[in-house]
Amino acid sequence: MNRQIVKLFGFILVLYALLFGFTSYWSVFDSSSLKANVANRRPLLEEQKIKRGDILAADGTVIAHSTPQGKGNNKIYVRHYPLGALFGNPIGYSFVDRGRVGTELAHNDELVGNKTEFLSVLDQLQGHSQVGDNLTSSLDPRAQEAAVNGLAGRQGSVVAMVPSTGEIRAMVSIPEYNPNAVQSSAAFQHLNTQRSAPLFNRATQGGYPPGSTMKVVTATAALDSGQFTPNSTLSGRSPIEIEGVPLSNSGGEQFGTIDMTTALTNSVNTWWAQAGEKLGKDTMFKYMDRYGFNAKPRLDYPNFQLAASGVYEGNRLLTPSDSIDIGRVAIGQERLRVTPLQMAEVAATVANKGELMEPRLWSKLTDPDGRVTHLEPSRQSRVMSETTAAELNDMMQKVVQEGTGTAAAVSGIDVAGKTGTAEISNGVNDAWFIGFAPASDPQIAISCVVEHTSGFGGPTCGPIFKSVAEAILNGGSGG
Amino acid sequence: MSARTRELFALIPAALLVTGGFTAVLITNSDKLGNLSLFYGAYFLALCVVTHIVIRIRLPDADPYLFPLVAVLAAFGMVMLYRLDTGLARDQANWFVLGLVLFSATIIFLRDYEALERYRYLIALVGIVLLVMPRFLGHPTNDAFLAVDIGPVTFQPTELAKICIVVFLASYLNERREVLVVGARRFMGLVLPPLKHLGPLLVVWGAAMVLLVFIRDLGSSVMFFGAFLALIYVATGRISFVIIGLLMFVLGAWFFSHTAAHIHERFEIWLDPFKDAGGSGYQIAQSLFAQADGGLFGRGLGESLVQLPGATGCHDFPACGAILPAPHTDFIYAVIVDELGLFGGAAVVLIYALIAERGFKTAILAEDGFSKLLATGLTTILALQAFVIIGGVTRVIPLTGVTLPFISYGGSSIVANFILLALLLMVSDKSRRRVRLQAEAEAE
Repeated sequence: MNRQIVKLFGFILVLYALLFGFTSYWSVFDSSSLKANVANRRPLLEEQKIKRGDILAADGTVIAHSTPQGKGNNKIYVRHYPLGALFGNPIGYSFVDRGRVGTELAHNDELVGNKTEFLSVLDQLQGHSQVGDNLTSSLDPRAQEAAVNGLAGRQGSVVAMVPSTGEIRAMVSIPEYNPNAVQSSAAFQHLNTQRSAPLFNRATQGGYPPGSTMKVVTATAALDSGQFTPNSTLSGRSPIEIEGVPLSNSGGEQFGTIDMTTALTNSVNTWWAQAGEKLGKDTMFKYMDRYGFNAKPRLDYPNFQLAASGVYEGNRLLTPSDSIDIGRVAIGQERLRVTPLQMAEVAATVANKGELMEPRLWSKLTDPDGRVTHLEPSRQSRVMSETTAAELNDMMQKVVQEGTGTAAAVSGIDVAGKTGTAEISNGVNDAWFIGFAPASDPQIAISCVVEHTSGFGGPTCGPIFKSVAEAILNGGSGG
Repeated sequence: MSARTRELFALIPAALLVTGGFTAVLITNSDKLGNLSLFYGAYFLALCVVTHIVIRIRLPDADPYLFPLVAVLAAFGMVMLYRLDTGLARDQANWFVLGLVLFSATIIFLRDYEALERYRYLIALVGIVLLVMPRFLGHPTNDAFLAVDIGPVTFQPTELAKICIVVFLASYLNERREVLVVGARRFMGLVLPPLKHLGPLLVVWGAAMVLLVFIRDLGSSVMFFGAFLALIYVATGRISFVIIGLLMFVLGAWFFSHTAAHIHERFEIWLDPFKDAGGSGYQIAQSLFAQADGGLFGRGLGESLVQLPGATGCHDFPACGAILPAPHTDFIYAVIVDELGLFGGAAVVLIYALIAERGFKTAILAEDGFSKLLATGLTTILALQAFVIIGGVTRVIPLTGVTLPFISYGGSSIVANFILLALLLMVSDKSRRRVRLQAEAEAE
């Protein structure tokens, strides 16, 4: 019997070798793919044990803070947002049951202090526990408050951007929501089902018809392509036929043969539609692309919370090969849908002498040892020549001095801008203003949109532009 | 150095393991080190020394390594349970004491284990009653009937039944092995046992099938039938008997896996646990996720994520806020791999392999057939039990709920396995004494 007993032992050893093999497969060889499995909540839960870095405003005000709960092995950190709704949409939230959105998601790696494998092993050997970096956002609470107060509860959005660096100083979407409330399932459910969609970040996701603010893009194409100068003239009579359909000026106003500066100052639709037709689809799309249209903005923001601006058929972005009424695209009609962020980028590009900077929601990272990393601004594209930008700057100053945008004027400072009024239905408009200040040395570019209002772009958004610009220029947090 | 002195010294690592483990858990959990952990180590060592004295008096020639190896496993289990829940560890410590008391009682009162042969049919009957008892008196856990409630205590009769069945099989096969071999005839290249002796074997096969369907416990069924096949093989030396038995078992299991929904589901989950990782595959998926977190060296004692962090004010462990289900029983191996890594897991498997080695060595040294078969059976069923649960947790085989011997939380398991160990040591003592006396006689 002894021989059999030895063989039996051998068999048991084979079984145990299998156990060893499988254990090493799961724990070492297949470990990373198991960790990446969607059903694996461990990494998410694990991050709760890490003291997540604070998110600060540009002036150091705490926007998001983590506080410990529980003790010992049960200790976790829970997120708090002391300023409540003020930064709800741009910053987002981070809760284990709710996931994360906004800056909390886009900068998650820095906030939880994720490093390379090698560095974290070194940290572990030294007995450091993982701590996240503090993120200083580019957002300025005074600008943010000014925008919220300016919109005064009306649905809409304001984006303010530093032309030379791309830093976003204000990003407001009304209705706002309080990120602290999201933790509760009932409150979250309520936010999710409201028709006004408070969780929807209008600044980056909202697709609005841009109305006459689009004429800045058309003017860029006209001037920079060399086909027009500020003195080029066209007829401003109304109505005229564009693509076989009659187009009128606002209020049916008649103009004679006028130059481009006059046409922009008074936002003459018929003039700009003709210009658009003369430029053609290819040239218009070329400049739209340079401005960042037809692609998601290069903002440090979750992809699903960013929308591309462009001409849409349903959810499909159209290209020059599609049938498009380019004359009406030139005046911001047709099926154009643009985000407030995109229009802020348009204003910022003109302000920054024709160069578009990639938009950023952060300025500074501070690691637990106090080492600081500053934002290095990156160029996105040279949209137009400096000459074109200077000509456009002058024309846009006229709009505020004597045209449709006088409500945006800031005393003692020259402002450049463009109004827009997109009629949604009879007497209901989306009111726009985009602009920058000071025109001679631009510190801030701002876009503003108010949804479904009876008012026009200039009178509705002009004052909002003014108060946000003043908040930033007086506070000294400009570029 | 005498065998018993070696045993005494071999207990020191176990005591150190308890002390070190408890210290580590204390440090992680409360950031301060009390002298409590030293007390636990001393208490554990004292218990082991008392048991050692019982062995020294009654079984002076028994294998010196079996008890220390088991003590290391028990120490491992205590540390893991203490890490999961101090209340569980306290309960387990009490079960540990009871296990050692029954271990000593078995050694002291059952003077000669060969007496068991005389009562083999009674023992077999007791075993079968124990097996089917939960079906009538118990309640199903995870669809299987495993436990009986006796007052406040939940008792798993299968744990004791396995000893009864092994004693019966060892005795029965020892008596019949001659006729099983001699009367065998060849059929289609296979050596078949004579039909009239096939009867009892068919009964055992039937019993395994009944276990499978009636008690709905694939794990115990595999364990029992595996031990049975091992004993048949050792008793007769005919691998063909094993093949026939295996075919019959697989055939039966296949048949029932198509007729019995719960067994079928177990197989489906085994083949693809991630298909429904949030539902039916949850347990095994979580087990693999926990092991993936462990890596080579593990996250350290007390660092495994077994409960939702922040599940505060939640005392109903483990029902409340558990991520890894049954971390104290079925999935304790996954927790070990998570916290101590591949090395920790390999160490556990290695200890079971060493215990198997000592057990089979005992069987080889034994003189008579019954002793050989008894030692083989006890060792095999213990080794298979460890394989069935670790294999389930690591997805080598479909997951079934048996305890990890000496490590998992559970009174029945601890107590039954200590009685099993007592029997094994008694066989060992007898055979090693004979070897020693022979050597002494030759020396003179």
